[in-house]
This record gives sequence, structure tokens and C-alpha cells, in this order.
Amino acid sequence: MNPVLLFLIGVGVVCGITTFLALLVTLAEAFIANYGEVKITINKEKEITVEGGKPLLTSLKEKQIFIPSACGGRGSCGLCKCKVIKGAGDFLPTELPWLSEDEKKEGIRLSCQLKVKTDFEIEIPEELFNVKQYETQVSSLRNLTHDIKEVTLELLEPDIITFKAGQFIQFEVPEYELSDEPVYRAYSVSSAPSDKGNVELEIRLVPNGICTTYVHKFLKEGDKVAINGPYGEFFLRDTNADIIFIAGGSGMAPIKAILLDMAEKGVSRKARYFFGARSKKDLFLTDKMKELENKLPDFRFIPALSQPKPEDRWEGASGLITDVVERNLESGENKEAYLCGSPGMIDACVKVLTKNGVLEEKIYYDKFG
Amino acid sequence: MSEKAGLFAIFFSAVFTQNILLTYYLGMCSFLAVSRQVKTSLGLGMAVVFVMTFTSGLNWLVFYHILEPLELQYLRFIVFIVVIAAFVQIVEMIIERASDALYAALGIFLPLITVNCAILGVSLFMIIREQGFWESVAYGFGSGVGWMLAILAMAGIRQKMARSRVPGGLEGAGITLVIAGIMALAFMGLSGVI
Repeated sequence: MNPVLLFLIGVGVVCGITTFLALLVTLAEAFIANYGEVKITINKEKEITVEGGKPLLTSLKEKQIFIPSACGGRGSCGLCKCKVIKGAGDFLPTELPWLSEDEKKEGIRLSCQLKVKTDFEIEIPEELFNVKQYETQVSSLRNLTHDIKEVTLELLEPDIITFKAGQFIQFEVPEYELSDEPVYRAYSVSSAPSDKGNVELEIRLVPNGICTTYVHKFLKEGDKVAINGPYGEFFLRDTNADIIFIAGGSGMAPIKAILLDMAEKGVSRKARYFFGARSKKDLFLTDKMKELENKLPDFRFIPALSQPKPEDRWEGASGLITDVVERNLESGENKEAYLCGSPGMIDACVKVLTKNGVLEEKIYYDKFG
Repeated sequence: MSEKAGLFAIFFSAVFTQNILLTYYLGMCSFLAVSRQVKTSLGLGMAVVFVMTFTSGLNWLVFYHILEPLELQYLRFIVFIVVIAAFVQIVEMIIERASDALYAALGIFLPLITVNCAILGVSLFMIIREQGFWESVAYGFGSGVGWMLAILAMAGIRQKMARSRVPGGLEGAGITLVIAGIMALAFMGLSGVI
């Protein structure tokens, strides 16, 4: 047979089979996976109607109700919990690792895993209604270290935000090379709450991270960015205990916001801030911390380098952050600790703090999801 | 041998003597990754049995009624993969619609095994062996059961092993591969049966 003809038949058959199967899948999606419109009743008062078949988290987001989630719906952070009273079936295997026995009894579910197929009745904290979507514009981009960028967003619509120092927002990454759908990632606000018209973030480049790559390689001044928030329970508690801050890398962000807020409000509590970095090139905002040491009556910034290089000529504290904390901690009495950083660092620090007498319920932390 | 006995022989040899996992080492990646617990292994195993049985039949029809008459046998790799992927997609939608319990037990594993090489392997073997339609279905079903048997045995061993001390360098995938090798040797002992 003519080789050209043979080739064309081959291409034709593969295309034909593929088209037929694609048609079948599309039809199945339209008829089998079509759940029509369903109702979600929230806190017994608000009722919304959504298209069925999507995860609860996504359905709520479409109606401008935002449940905090750090991983953007992949089921890997376990944050987007919410109480479901009616509508959900059995617990899914993907939910179980994140739920305790008590939570299961109460009907707490992971909203990113649960698909809304029938009418739902759910309960969410009242303050989540205050969470809003903001249209913003990048007003400045600045390199803090070789891999951490400071991003300042000017709020456009709505033009002011009210939040507590230490809370975080979610940053929407539009479709681009690494992601074919918009995704959300959580970042702590590093500016003071008094600056209501701007939101400042510190974002560290994670190799192949969808959002961090976008921010470091694609984002330009003047670009529009959608954010939503504020979220989170990580903020300074109103007591008179001494404060221990511990952070590493971009964990600086929420602590900086808390310190700025303390300086503005004239909080005079004793505070020590341990900041862990590998070498001098990973240290940043040291001038700002000096300034805060002068402004606040009893505050000291203690950067610690785990692997200082000879050319750093480092004279400050060195060693692992846990060792430095342990050396400088006189006693755990009347102390509150605020930690922000990688899960490994936080777990190690919590161990050291409790060993030295800091009460576990007085340790607050913000783990990177 | 009567036809029924022939089908049974194919099924039996696919389960034991020609076990797709332990004699051909196909479908290794999910075998190593998901064999930590008996419960999840059972879910994945059932999904494999289901998909293998149906895709071997479907691919048989596609091969002998579309590809062979047109002399396009060389396209079977790409066509088989597409058929498997579409089948898995549709079945997942149906299961999700039909039953939450079944979806939780089986459905979440379906997308995982679309790319399982054992599934494609079964479809290719049945062509090489020139089996008829029902023979292919029996072979697919048997291979699925054999795969499930192997992963269940492995999960049982690994659950027991969770409480024993494994030398540091061998933890995880290392010891699992060693065990898989010993299991393969044990299955070789069955080769005289048929």
C-alpha cells in the first residue's frame, strides 16, 4: 500500500478514536457529573445557591465566603476545616489524617475535599464573613536577600483593610506557565495594621513553587493582584508576660508586623526576638530591627547564624536556633512565645521551650503549610 | 480441555504462575507506594481488578475490530492508553455519582492506576499470546486478582514489619524490594502446578 495513505489512515484512526472517547467523557461529564443547583445554608441564616459537584471550599469562594486554606485545596495543609451539619456523607480517606476523634464526633470536615452534591447545612466562624476579596496593585518590589522579596500591594477596591498584626492573607496567582488554573497561597502581612491602604508581604523563592516563582520571576510593579483575607489566630495576646519571638527566613513577616504594632501602641513588655539564618547573606531588615530596639523600651533582636562563613566575620550568636534560644532563656516563667517558620524549626523550638518551662498553651505558632 | 477448563487455566496461571507483578515486575510503583496498609491496598487492588478486567475486553475489541482490519497494529500502544484513560475517567464519574462509600473505597484510587504499567501490560500480553475475547477477559481478571494478592501479602508483611527493627539503610523502599524478591521466589515454586 502507498506509505502516505498508510500514514494518513493511521493518523485518522488515532484521531477518530481519541475524538470519540473525548466526546464520551464530555457527555459523561455533562450528564453523570451534573448535579444541578444545590443550596448551602450557613449558620442557619444565610442561604446561597451554587452549582453542584464542586468542593465546598470552591463553592463558598465563588460566593465571596473565604475559609482559610494555605495549600489552595490540595488537601495538604488541613486548615480549611468547617462544621457540616447536613449533606456530607462518610469521612473520606483524604480527610482522615487531619481530623481528631473529637472533631469527627462534632462533624468537622475538610472543606476542600468535600464535594457539594446535595443541599448542605454548615457552620463557620462569624468573623469569616468579614473576610473580603481585595483588588490591589503592586506598588513596590524589593529584594531583601538573594531569595526573599518584599512585595508591597496598594489596595484599590476596597481601599482599606482592617487586620490584626500577625494575621495572613491569601494571594491569588493567575494562570501562567507553571499553573493552568488560578491558585491561592497564604502569606503573612509584614506591615503594620495602621497602614490600612497597603499590604506588605515577604515571599521566599521555593524551587518550583507555583506562587513564589510567579512572584520572583513574573510579577512587575504596576501589576494587578487579587488577595483575600485577613485570616489566622497568630497575633499578640493582651497579657503582661515576657515575649519570645522565634522566626526563620520569611517567618520574619508576621513578627515584624507585631513589633511595628507594639511600637505604635507603646507596648512596653519585655521582648526577645531570635532569628535563625544560615549565613550573613540570609539576614535582612537588621537596620529596621535596630530601629525597633531603640523605639521599644525592652526589646532585643538576636540573629543567630547556623553556618557563618569566614568572610561574614560574624560576632553575634551562632549555632542552631534551638541552641541559641536555650542559651538565652533564663526561665520559662511568665513567658509567651510566638513562632513562625518551617514545621521542622517550629517543632524543634516548641520542644526546647517546653523543656525549659514555657507552658505549651502559651506557645503560639504559624507553620508554613 | 473443554473451553471452561481452558479459561480457568488461564485465570489460574495469571494469578499464580505468571503473576504480572512478581514474575514480570509490572505495576511496581504503586505496589511500593501504597502497600503500607492492608486497608488501602485492598482498595487499590480492587480498583486494579476492575479496570484490568474491563480494559482487557475493551482493548481486545478495539484491536481486533478496528486496528487489525486496517493493519494498524503498530498503533496499539497509544490507542490502548487512550482507551484505558477514558474508561477510568468515566467509571470514576459513575462511581462518584452512585455511591459515596464505594467512591471512598475505590474511586480515589482510579486516577492513580490509569498510568499503572501492569494495566497496559495485560492488554499488550493478550495480543502477543493471540488470546480470544473471553480468554483475554479471564487473563485480565486473573492478572488483576494476582496483583491484588501480591499487594495484600506485601501490605500484611509491612504492617507486621512496622514493629520490627529494619537496618537503617534498608528502611522503606529498600526492604520492600528485598521482600518482593523473596515473594517472587516463592511464587516461582508454583510454576510446576500448571
